[in-house]
Amino acid sequence: MSRILGPDDVRRALARIAHEIVERERIDGLVLVGIADRGDHLALRLSREIAKIEGADVPVGVLDITFYRDDIGLTAEAPEVHETRIPFDIAGRTVVLVDDVLFTGRTIRAAMDALTDLGRARRIRLAVLVDRGHRELPIRADFVGKNVPTQLGDDVRVMVSEIDGEDGAVVEERPAGPALREAHA
Amino acid sequence: MASPEMLFRGARVVDPRAGRDEVADVHVRDGVVADVGSGLDAASAEIVECDGLVLAPGLVDLHTHLREPGFEHKETVETGTRAAAAGGYTAVAPMANTDPVADDASVIAQVRTAAALAGLADVFPVGAITKGLQGEVLAEIGEMVAAGVRVFSDDGRCVPTARTLRNALTYASAFDDAVIAEHCEDDSLSIGQQMHEGSSSSSLGLAGQPAAAEDAIVFRDIEMARLTGGRLHICHLSSARSVELVRRAKADGLRVTAEVTPHHLVFTDEDLRTYDTNRKVNPPLRSEADRDALRWGLADGTIDAIATDHAPHAVEEKEAEFDRAPPGTIGLETALAVALTKLVAPGIISLVRAVETLSSTPASILGARDHGGPIEAGRPANLVLFDPQERWTVEPPFVSKSRNCAFTGSDLIGRVRSTVLHGELTVSEGKATR
Amino acid sequence: MNEHLLSMHDVTADDVIRILDTAESFREVGTRVIKKVPALRGRTVVNLFYENSTRTRISFELAAKRLSADVINFSSGGSSVSKGESLKDTALTLQAMGADAIVIRHASSGSPFQLTKWVRGHVLNAGDGTHEHPTQALLDLYTMRERLGRLEGLRVAIVGDVLHSRVARSLSFGLVKMGADVTLVGPATLIPPDAPQWGVQVSHDVDGVLPKLDVCYLLRVQTERQRLEYFPSVREYARLFGLNRARVGLLPEGSLIMHPGPMNRGVEIDSDVADLPQSVIEDQVTNGIAVRMALLYLLLGGRHADAADEVAGG
Repeated sequence: MSRILGPDDVRRALARIAHEIVERERIDGLVLVGIADRGDHLALRLSREIAKIEGADVPVGVLDITFYRDDIGLTAEAPEVHETRIPFDIAGRTVVLVDDVLFTGRTIRAAMDALTDLGRARRIRLAVLVDRGHRELPIRADFVGKNVPTQLGDDVRVMVSEIDGEDGAVVEERPAGPALREAHA
Repeated sequence: MASPEMLFRGARVVDPRAGRDEVADVHVRDGVVADVGSGLDAASAEIVECDGLVLAPGLVDLHTHLREPGFEHKETVETGTRAAAAGGYTAVAPMANTDPVADDASVIAQVRTAAALAGLADVFPVGAITKGLQGEVLAEIGEMVAAGVRVFSDDGRCVPTARTLRNALTYASAFDDAVIAEHCEDDSLSIGQQMHEGSSSSSLGLAGQPAAAEDAIVFRDIEMARLTGGRLHICHLSSARSVELVRRAKADGLRVTAEVTPHHLVFTDEDLRTYDTNRKVNPPLRSEADRDALRWGLADGTIDAIATDHAPHAVEEKEAEFDRAPPGTIGLETALAVALTKLVAPGIISLVRAVETLSSTPASILGARDHGGPIEAGRPANLVLFDPQERWTVEPPFVSKSRNCAFTGSDLIGRVRSTVLHGELTVSEGKATR
Repeated sequence: MNEHLLSMHDVTADDVIRILDTAESFREVGTRVIKKVPALRGRTVVNLFYENSTRTRISFELAAKRLSADVINFSSGGSSVSKGESLKDTALTLQAMGADAIVIRHASSGSPFQLTKWVRGHVLNAGDGTHEHPTQALLDLYTMRERLGRLEGLRVAIVGDVLHSRVARSLSFGLVKMGADVTLVGPATLIPPDAPQWGVQVSHDVDGVLPKLDVCYLLRVQTERQRLEYFPSVREYARLFGLNRARVGLLPEGSLIMHPGPMNRGVEIDSDVADLPQSVIEDQVTNGIAVRMALLYLLLGGRHADAADEVAGG
């Protein structure tokens, strides 16, 4: 297992992403939606960074995409459900989806379907802390913390201090074999 | 037609009436036992090697439902007696709750004729106590006695009033050997009942019948036997208290006998947790304490006989919601094995006692003189040869026309090899011969 | 989780927590404009209702539809159910139609158990005879937890005809499983004699029990004639056990009044009591949809036992 990001790397990456968002998007009408269960913590931190830079208060929501997954009925047990709390209307807004790791793109596909059911956003952007490649759908991130090339069988995990006690990202190499991939990455 | 001559060599002969339990040879010729001894030589006989096998008097079932006439979709006299033979029975007593009810000599004769035609077991039809089983007017008991009937029962139903039962006992006592066999169940405590009333019925959400429904009537009936001096037989005992009442009645010198089914000796109300309709029976399976009391009662002689209450029902009748399924289990094919596995093997009763309760005593109560032993020269050859070690699992298909067996899935030890009816094989190598 | 939900004995305490937590998320879905998620798209849920119950059937129907499943309704009074087709034959027909889940309500105790012998899909018991009604118990547990914040140590009284109530059984088993303190209250003829073996207490004095409760759960008292063998008259029942205005005053502040519906206003509960703020009877109905969605999701959302082997994930 090797560390790809340490706490300082995470801090710097989030700061940089915040700057990029501020540069490329209009703050007016911007909302952040973090994908449970680590993306929402990252979204909150981005919101604080943006507040530091622009003095503006960007609303944050958390989205659970479990019900929109494309693998329901294929895993041994029904996938675990998290909370969704989006206390604002997304209609006409610029939604920046925030997730920890971008992998096959299926999670983001599910997130976009969920968002579409919640309202008609003006535009949807994607910010991720780690992009590990191996897309299976035509999805790309607009804001990336770090690009990390990986093997298909590797396990990439992001830690956030709110849940894991420290910030960082690690990759655990798995021996070559049948692809056991996390469905939502 | 000459019956085959057979020599059963080296079997363990268990014969309660002769007081015999030892290895011996049994020579059968012309429908009777020709000789019993050791080292018998019978040149013209077909030799059956019986090393490790048990030879006993053919089993006698005091309580069976052959369903003919009227319910031939469940069983017929032919299929029922074939099932009986497969289970080692040479005589069965079919109950009167047919359609029409066997409440006079004509239905009795019809059943007898069908049995003779099939030639698979001797059949001793039970006559009804009351006309149409309605519980009001006595049936033609005298006519039926003349036709050879000895046991009378409204089984399926309980005689509703003490008065009618008293009259039946009194009237029947005029006929030397007549027996009134009662299905003891207080109807008012049994309305809508599906099983024993206890903690299981409560959690399964099924209406229950308390043991008192049986106990109260057993008490009533014993008092009527005391009052009249008549001969009373209690069918399918299911409760501890009933056993105690019968024990007292016998101690008091009353002419009371009793039977118990194999399933009541094995299962309890806990065995209904999966709503298996094959275990829905009447009287219902009761608590462990009741079951243990029944076992004790069989062991100490309070209960005289094991009777199957073989109650076939068609598949579509039993494969229904629990409260719509009729009660009953078939039992002729499994009774012997159940007794061997669940009573003899664990030492609850001896093998001799088992044969006594399955053959000799029921033969006495029924008045079936040709059955129940003793196995000795000159007596009709009604025998069963079984392997007390053979293991098998109970599952369909059955020899009976129906498949509702409470023991489905059970692993049993003990299997019939041959059944001999008046010197002819009805079962050979474990299979029916006709 | 077990393959079927036939009784409260099919779920562990952990399962119950999982069900309630999952129901939380489905409650949120119920607040959206589009109250639908694609989770069970393409699955077929059959409502096999032999007993008339518009309320429960609609609750299950909505639950399945909000999960994007296809719903088929077999109810008595229409179709072959009323023409006397056997339960087994109906089951085999549903099987042939490819039902992924069958929700069954039937007057015969144990019919859901028997159904599992004849179908491959998941079976949910929506009420069988006087046996159990686990989805009702679960939505009641949800309501209690939501309003009072916990289940462990809650003091709950179940009042009424416990003997004939499948709701009372399921709820008692569920509450005891979650560590609550349950007392059954009613006339001696309407409490099963072995109830103490369920881990509950029994009382025939409702006034003595009310002041120490967090939840007063009322059962519907059947007024049909056969029930009247068990107590002399409806009037006597209402006088001794009915939750009227005077009795409500005995309940502690913050306690809940619950009822599985439909209510016999004036018998087990007075009209004006049913409409008090501490009566959460309406919540129970709303929560019913979320809890049933959670159950359908948890049962059907995993790989079915004999489904063809699929690669995990993807």
